[in-house]
Amino acid sequence: MAKSIDVSDVNIYYGDFLAVEGVNMSIRARSVTAFIGPSGCGKSTFLRSLNRMHEVIPGARVEGKIVVDAQDLYAPGVDPVAVRRQIGMVFQRPNPFPTMSIYDNVLAGNRLNSKKMKKSEADDIVEKSLRGANLWTEVKDRLGKPGMGLSGGQQQRLCIARAIAVEPQVLLMDEPCSALDPISTSAIEDLIHELKSEYTIVIVTHNMQQAARVSDETGFFNLKATGEPGHLVEFNPTAKMFANPDNAATEAYISGRFG
Amino acid sequence: MTELLEPEAPVRRPIPLQAPQLPRWAPPVALFLSLAAAGLVGLLLGWGPAGIAVVAWVLFLVGFTGWAQAIEGRRKAVDRMFATLIWSTFVIAMVPLVSVTWEVVSKGHGIIGADFFANDMRGVLGETNIVTGEPGGIKHALVGTLMITLTATAMAVPVGVMAAIYLVEYGKRTRFARTITFLVDVMTGIPSIVAGLFAFSLLTLIFGAAYRSGFGGSVALAVIMVPIVVRATEEMLKLVPDELREASYALGVPKWRTIVKVVLPTAFGGIATGVTLAVARVAGETAPLLIIAGSTTVANWNVFEGRMMTLPVFIYSSVTTGGKYAAEQEARAWGAALVLVVIVMSLNLLARLLGKIFSPKTGR
Repeated sequence: MAKSIDVSDVNIYYGDFLAVEGVNMSIRARSVTAFIGPSGCGKSTFLRSLNRMHEVIPGARVEGKIVVDAQDLYAPGVDPVAVRRQIGMVFQRPNPFPTMSIYDNVLAGNRLNSKKMKKSEADDIVEKSLRGANLWTEVKDRLGKPGMGLSGGQQQRLCIARAIAVEPQVLLMDEPCSALDPISTSAIEDLIHELKSEYTIVIVTHNMQQAARVSDETGFFNLKATGEPGHLVEFNPTAKMFANPDNAATEAYISGRFG
Repeated sequence: MTELLEPEAPVRRPIPLQAPQLPRWAPPVALFLSLAAAGLVGLLLGWGPAGIAVVAWVLFLVGFTGWAQAIEGRRKAVDRMFATLIWSTFVIAMVPLVSVTWEVVSKGHGIIGADFFANDMRGVLGETNIVTGEPGGIKHALVGTLMITLTATAMAVPVGVMAAIYLVEYGKRTRFARTITFLVDVMTGIPSIVAGLFAFSLLTLIFGAAYRSGFGGSVALAVIMVPIVVRATEEMLKLVPDELREASYALGVPKWRTIVKVVLPTAFGGIATGVTLAVARVAGETAPLLIIAGSTTVANWNVFEGRMMTLPVFIYSSVTTGGKYAAEQEARAWGAALVLVVIVMSLNLLARLLGKIFSPKTGR
């Protein structure tokens, strides 16, 4: 069920401001693709354009083609809601729904889309998703408690469980570990490794070691200069990227000699 | 040479961390002394209590600041002086509140009883009903306030909440939404008599001249309530983090369902509080009801038919009738005022309770 994503000539705007320019890449199915680069270079903006979350911001728009499963996400007549049901997202800061219990948070995607299901079926989805997110053993005795009562790392794994409960084809992660301690980070990286067998995963990270550890392919984004749009500098298998990058700027960034 | 080049190490004396302080009993003692001194002089010279209070206040301000200056130094003395000024303004702000409450309770509590709530004023002259001999009461005004306010709430809350949803969720940054926000702000300050005249002329246009009913009052109160509800709801919806909306969108949830199932529940406590405060605000309105709901002596449960009495109008008309039974009427007015104050206070407490119950829980 995992799908590949083909991106061609994508320009992303905030109003009149061109934020990301001319991106071409091909994201393979059942693999982890990482985006690295300095702050403000458009990694997150590009990630959000992959499931049409970018246009939630007033005035924001995308030009170009993003093709998933032979369908252009930005073709006229495409329903962004339908796109987002296929392409899930995990955000930088854990954001469980404060009015819902752990159980209801996991089921939020199904319940909010008013899917009718039996209690046993719902229980199965909750257990499967929480096991998938490595959270089941920690919360199985307090599923009725509010999701906000968990620790930061647990909340983030709850958000991952919530995202995989609707069984998307692609999972986008926007710096999922940046607010977490090393132990929770390690738990989530293990999780990404496991999820890879079923999902196409795209992850934005500021942590180069993390990109090297979890990803199969890496894209390096950079700004030409301050105020200029961000662009994709290099897109290569992670092993090559970190050992022998094509571009001098990539090497400078990875080895810490940036600027 | 080397001796000259080496600078002499400066001697660092430890900075003293302890300083003399006034004892904890200093403020009450200073207050007592200034009150005693002012009282003594005041009694000898024949001042009233207000004069004594003012002199005591000046004595305390000067004396206590001076005392602190002598023992603690300048910084602490300035601190003490401003603390005194701030406490004084707090006390001044409390004076009308306490005095109104005291006045209403002391003059109003005597008449409160089962009869006061169970009877209306039909056929009541002076103390009692001329036919049955029962004492008069405020049943008709309570019924009127209840029905008119409920009807107004039923009209204003859906309109207000939905307008706020439009402003925050759909109209963000558009010129139209900004204009509406501005007009809502203007409407918040609309004099209630204008709302009353609006309802009066609207219903006269529809139902013809000399139309009087509780419904007209509800329309007027709803006109006053809508902007309050819009503002309260708008602020609460703005407080809901965008991250929650995005989390919901990312799960493939449509916008309207995100609003109904995620945004509104998260903001529910605040919206309920805002609505309750708006109800408390209009429950005490007099002027518009005087114009359109009229005044009567009989309990009337039907908002669409006939005149209706309300508590504020009852108080107004009881105090202004005068004549032979002015004293009895005034006693009832105080009783009704007490009931009204209690209703408004309960609504405020209810608002706090709702805010507490429905605020998102952390489970910790």
